[in-house]
Amino acid sequence: MIRRHEDIIIESLARFLTPFIQAFALYVLFLGHYSPGGGFQGGVLMGASFILLVIAYDIIEGKRRITEKFNIVLNATGVMVFSGTGLLCLILGGEFLDYSQLAAILPVGPEEARGLGILAVEIGVEITVAAIMVSIFLDLASAGEHEEALK
Amino acid sequence: MKTLDIIGWFAVLTTGALLIYGTAEMPNWGDPNSPPSTHVSPRYIEKADEETHTPNMVTAVLADYRGYDTMGETTVIFTAGVSCMMLLRRRQGK
Repeated sequence: MIRRHEDIIIESLARFLTPFIQAFALYVLFLGHYSPGGGFQGGVLMGASFILLVIAYDIIEGKRRITEKFNIVLNATGVMVFSGTGLLCLILGGEFLDYSQLAAILPVGPEEARGLGILAVEIGVEITVAAIMVSIFLDLASAGEHEEALK
Repeated sequence: MKTLDIIGWFAVLTTGALLIYGTAEMPNWGDPNSPPSTHVSPRYIEKADEETHTPNMVTAVLADYRGYDTMGETTVIFTAGVSCMMLLRRRQGK
């Protein structure tokens, strides 16, 4: 199981790198409009930044940053953001996931509204992928026991 | 076990031969007259930027034209994570 080794070099380096990895994850998410990138890739990077913390420290330290309940909520939030965007288009009078209808509530034309709709669903994908990566990693690495495995 | 081995090899080789036979009728690589390149692809290439204001055509197709498909993909990832949690996670104090 993942035990803490108290290695100051690894721990400080992981703590130093994490914000840069997370900033890069957001960069990849927003760059998805212009070049390769998007929600799936950004989400994996975002999840990896947290997994790095768990590897460098241990599960207890990692769970202090993102509790299990909060992670489960995040899992569902991403799917909800995606389908909620689609449902919003349905409520505004269009078809499901027809983002041009979002122009009714945004101060932009229907074409820009489609671009913003794409961004909204990519953010939803990113949230779900990041949270699911973390939850699958924690379950597999500790055989489902989480901090109990350290005792 | 020996009979099962023979049946397994037979099934694998037959399926492989059928798949290779099927590739003989596939269009050439990059053929502009092949069915995938003539149906909706030119429409996406011509209109994606002006219709969605997204310079990256792949993102426009992935999240806008085929948005329903991507929603399914996200749901698949969500389901995989939840199944993993239900199968592996154990309650504390057991």
